[in-house]
Amino acid sequence: MLDIFLQLLDGFGTTVLLFAVTLVLSLPLGLFVCFLSMSKIKIIKGIARAFVSIIRGTPLMLQLIIIFYGPGLVFGAEFSFKSRLLAAIIAFTINYAAYFSEIYRGGIESIPKGQKEAGKVLGLSKGQIFSKIVLLQVIKHIVPPIGNEIITLVKDTSIARMIALVELTDVAFDLRKAQGGGLWPLLAAGLFYFAFNALVAFILRKIEKKLSYIKV
Amino acid sequence: MAYLDIKNFYKKFGQTEVLKGIDLSLEKGEVVSIIGSSGSGKTTLLRCINFLETPDNGTMTLDNNLLFDSSAIKADSEAILREKRLNFGLVFQSFNLFPQYNVLKNVTLAPTLLLNKKIKEYKKELKLKAKTDKSLTRKTISELLSAFKKQKHDEIEKDGLELIKTIGLEDKINSFPCELSGGQCQRVAIARALALKPKILCFDEPTSALDPELTGEVLKVIRELKNQDRTMIIVTHEMGFAKNVSDKIVFMADGVIEEVGDPREVLTNPKSEKLIHFLSNVTNKDGE
Repeated sequence: MLDIFLQLLDGFGTTVLLFAVTLVLSLPLGLFVCFLSMSKIKIIKGIARAFVSIIRGTPLMLQLIIIFYGPGLVFGAEFSFKSRLLAAIIAFTINYAAYFSEIYRGGIESIPKGQKEAGKVLGLSKGQIFSKIVLLQVIKHIVPPIGNEIITLVKDTSIARMIALVELTDVAFDLRKAQGGGLWPLLAAGLFYFAFNALVAFILRKIEKKLSYIKV
Repeated sequence: MAYLDIKNFYKKFGQTEVLKGIDLSLEKGEVVSIIGSSGSGKTTLLRCINFLETPDNGTMTLDNNLLFDSSAIKADSEAILREKRLNFGLVFQSFNLFPQYNVLKNVTLAPTLLLNKKIKEYKKELKLKAKTDKSLTRKTISELLSAFKKQKHDEIEKDGLELIKTIGLEDKINSFPCELSGGQCQRVAIARALALKPKILCFDEPTSALDPELTGEVLKVIRELKNQDRTMIIVTHEMGFAKNVSDKIVFMADGVIEEVGDPREVLTNPKSEKLIHFLSNVTNKDGE
């Protein structure tokens, strides 16, 4: 029993690692994509928006497979990924950055024009207006939708099983096979996801509460 | 030449001509009210004066400095534009207070941010001095700088508190905008604009977004500013107020100035057809 728990815990470690690294990388990358998609230069804007619509319009599973197998198939075996985790991190980061960029864009565009104009007539620079006036209001707006995505990300990590990354769900399936087909290893894995997401939701609520003094 | 001198402002949005040759002059300490129906170009004129819009044609001079000239070969850089904007203050119809900051911070934010530039300049100056003056070590420089910062920050806070006192909200310095009434918000917005010591303060329908019973407190603050001989341009629909507080009334219609003059004269003795029509609409709106 304990042995099984430890095996699941081991897979869960990989799941958490994939989750955490993806989150840390995709949040800033999403902001970068967001700025590109709001660029005044039409080509940059077009490329960024096409990127977002392709990534959002196709399954993460497909993207994962293309990223993992693609380099090896196109450029030869020496270019294939040595680490399944790295391939998963890249695919997940790209995918989530696209979603985050749209949430950021919505957040920035939801700030009334008057806020920026008020900053302008007070002689502030564009950078100051963004960092001192717009940013915190944007954060307040986007915490709930970003939170939704983060909770989805926790569960989406199970898709990494498609490229045989040994994460929580993969371990659970192996256990199931070894134990002769019962469902309970999967249910046990479900509990891990649920507990982790409870923690994520708790942290998100704390952040929302902290920002509740801002009322627009 | 007048203190503020606007010549021949034209502004087009797409195919719509909003300003069709506006000339406006203003002496120091004068209060000008701009009246006219919506769509007449009042707000656009104010936005042009505040460099929120760029006129397609025209010039603007303030205190003998040419601030804007549409025939200039090169457009102003962002930094120069920012400098020029500081000559004016603008109070918006919808207040546009910063919701994440309390009253005091709303008033002191811009002066505090603009201080960074002064600190940098002072640092440069000290470093230059240090080359010849050996008594200025790195340590004394950093001491001088932090003393300078502290002094300036204290000044800004003192000024801010003083301003908040003049608008009568000293018991609300720690309140957030969402906790204030519309009238209180607008008073804070006035204090915020004054904190940068603009040469001319502009108001864009400052009471239009307020409940009728709250307009009085805002108009009272503006009246007090008039008593301090502030130069102001007020776009307003409050005819009675415009009559009392202004030295000059400008009536705009369809992008041109139809009539200018002494408030009593303009309002009681309108000459142009459009003004007569406008005034009769304004006074009849309550079904009197």
